[in-house]
Amino acid sequence: MIERISGTRRTWCTVMKALCYLSLILVTALTAFMILYVLFRGVPHITPQLLFTKPSTLRHTIGILPDILNTIYIVIATLVVVLPIGVGAAIYLNEYATNRKIVELIEFAAETLSGIPSIIYGLVGMLVFVQFCSLGTSLMAGALTLVIMNLPTIMRTTQESLKTVPESYREGAFALGAGKWRVIRTVVLPTCVNGIVTGCILSIGRILSESAALLFTAGFAHNINGFIDGLGSAGATLTVALYVYASERGEFDIAFAIASILMVLTVIINLLTGYMGRLMKRRNGQ
Amino acid sequence: MTIIETKDLDLWYGSMQALKKINLSMEEKSITALIGPSGCGKSTFLRTLNRMNDLVPGVRIEGQVIYNGEDIFSPKVDVNGLRYEVGMVFQKPNPFMMSIYDNIAYGPRTHGIKSKVKLDEIVEKALVDASLFDEVKDRLRKSALGLSGGQQQRLCIARALAVQPKVLLMDEPTSALDPISTAKIEELAMSLCDRYTIIIVTHNMQQALRIAHKTAFFLLGEVIEYDTTERIFSNPSDSRTEDYVTGRFG
Amino acid sequence: MNLREFIDQKGYRHNPRRLMEDIIHMVFLILGLVAVGSVLVITVYLVISGLPAIFRIGPVEFLFGTRWASTAAEPEFGILPFILTSIYGTAGAIIIGVPIGFFAAVYLAKMAPKKVRDAMELCIGVLAGIPSVVYGLVGMTILVPGIRILFGVPDGATLLAAIIVLAVMILPSVINVSLTSLQAVPREYEEASLALGATDIETYFRVTVPAAKSGIFTAIVLGIGRAIGEAMAIMMVAGNVANMPSIFKSVRFLTTAVASEMSYSSGLQREALFSIALVLFLFIMIINAILNVLKTGGERR
Repeated sequence: MIERISGTRRTWCTVMKALCYLSLILVTALTAFMILYVLFRGVPHITPQLLFTKPSTLRHTIGILPDILNTIYIVIATLVVVLPIGVGAAIYLNEYATNRKIVELIEFAAETLSGIPSIIYGLVGMLVFVQFCSLGTSLMAGALTLVIMNLPTIMRTTQESLKTVPESYREGAFALGAGKWRVIRTVVLPTCVNGIVTGCILSIGRILSESAALLFTAGFAHNINGFIDGLGSAGATLTVALYVYASERGEFDIAFAIASILMVLTVIINLLTGYMGRLMKRRNGQ
Repeated sequence: MTIIETKDLDLWYGSMQALKKINLSMEEKSITALIGPSGCGKSTFLRTLNRMNDLVPGVRIEGQVIYNGEDIFSPKVDVNGLRYEVGMVFQKPNPFMMSIYDNIAYGPRTHGIKSKVKLDEIVEKALVDASLFDEVKDRLRKSALGLSGGQQQRLCIARALAVQPKVLLMDEPTSALDPISTAKIEELAMSLCDRYTIIIVTHNMQQALRIAHKTAFFLLGEVIEYDTTERIFSNPSDSRTEDYVTGRFG
Repeated sequence: MNLREFIDQKGYRHNPRRLMEDIIHMVFLILGLVAVGSVLVITVYLVISGLPAIFRIGPVEFLFGTRWASTAAEPEFGILPFILTSIYGTAGAIIIGVPIGFFAAVYLAKMAPKKVRDAMELCIGVLAGIPSVVYGLVGMTILVPGIRILFGVPDGATLLAAIIVLAVMILPSVINVSLTSLQAVPREYEEASLALGATDIETYFRVTVPAAKSGIFTAIVLGIGRAIGEAMAIMMVAGNVANMPSIFKSVRFLTTAVASEMSYSSGLQREALFSIALVLFLFIMIINAILNVLKTGGERR
């Protein structure tokens, strides 16, 4: 005869199972609530005037066009600088490095960088780029600060996809008499484009959501500039503008409008990275 | 005429000696088979001939490999130039993630050939030589990964032929293939040996018997016996060779 | 060794391509060292700009002083309120966030159907990707008034509000890291337990979870790191007053102390802000060190 499990054991199991379900429901509800609440309060205030004008004190209107442009500029400037450095560093670690000590040092540094809070990046960015390099409070100083912040992300994703390039590809190319650099450029890198793109998407997400590191480096001006002039002058990204409007000016409608734009972008970025992940898995399974 | 000759070749992986005093000389325009149980050093030896072992960390080599009268380890030798003349085909087909055309044009492009007309010519000739042309001529721009395993391996042979090497090293080229594809590759090797020197590592003794002019038997990093294939299989002078070719171990 | 000998030894004379390859190798080495250089620059700058004020104020008065009045006529620079607030706030966030994240991770790793797991992956990704100012904004408009009404305090911008926001913000990393380590537990462990007559729930909590405990511990430490480094969200909900911490008082964290005064600071006050950043940096480095020990310990096992 099979003995039935005791009552206390059964209760314990039920409680633990309930806690699991409860936690999951809580997390789901929280996410759903955040998205819906922000959209509900923000979307009605997204007007053409908001999107396509700059703020005017004379007419008492607020527009976020400058902030949108600044965000685009800073994303481009950051990626342009961080991509070669991060991909290059990953290539060094995976393809060139033979000395264990140097590899460990670089990996330790990258891990340390990814643990440093953004407010510290903001401070050091201010000291190094704004003051020491005398870039002034400018989008360029902000972008360079973000470069250091995003370096570990690009390095990690690139390195991960470099590791999935089969050794036989490299051997095949070497056996045809190709030099190391040619092998990397023509055979290895094209195979891991997906990983690099994933790194870019993740970085864009981080740049979009960053505020603390930008407050003291890129400032919070709302002027419309071209790309080159824009990089040289101070400017708020969408996220910084949200903070300024909510915290310092009490313009909650504007803040929620910006928040709903950011929220939609966050969801899109997550869908994209999920898609890239599946794409890579399918390819590696082949 | 001898094209490759090794003199007292020793090779270590770290502290493990994988090759011991190898002295072999390979004839031009012939097929030489290297046989022996796995781990005997035959693949290591093959990979030394075009210095692919340079890519493995912790490898130390002593002795000489004379190719066309020159020691390939001399500092004057450009390792990429050496691999240009001593091509290689691997155990598992390894086409690049490119079109069939680009795969074959990779070698010539690496060595500076840019002219479209010239490349077309080279690609066609390499595919014809590898008896693959008729099967792929309508889809040269399609990905090479869409080919079957046997076709992929012949593509890799065509890719190696496209740089017009003098020597072609084959590292168990048929071990991942079905019998029909294997037969095609063997046929191909035999048709190529009037123009190329082929050195092939194989697990399959029948294969060595079918295609090789000379055969070397490796055991524990040493060459036990090196002779014409006929003698190795019918009348070997060493009892260990006899034990191996008659299937008593391996 | 002179240049000519060097060139001969490297074989550059016969192979100009080898020189090219070596130059490219150097370029990649330099790119690899950018990360190392950045860590050095950050450390050096923080130490150089943070230490002087600590010694001017006096290390004891600075670290253990309970009053921060940087703009008073007789300024005082005691950062104990900030340190304690950061510790209490982080501890509170861990106490609330970790159990929720842990149980959710157990569910996702062991009980969830594949569809639910995929959907939750997106959910957690979104939660992790929401900018901290958006958390701050939602906290400002819901939590702060909510706490004021619910607990009858004059101002809802309190340590409690900050703790709740932080607890939500650390959820994604706690869930993701625990999930990975739970999934890494070999199926044989569980089968052994099931074969002895344990129920599946008992197996998950008595066998799988203990086997994954170093990963779960890593998740907690990572959560601590996230919480202690967060600035903007809690700046918007914690009221920003330099009180000694208490659950219903407005408080200021190490991070928000730096952020809130930086734009108008000068002189010793400004230097003291850098000193606060240095203290924060030390906290983070300690957490990094613990993470590293956990990681190498996990690898060895």
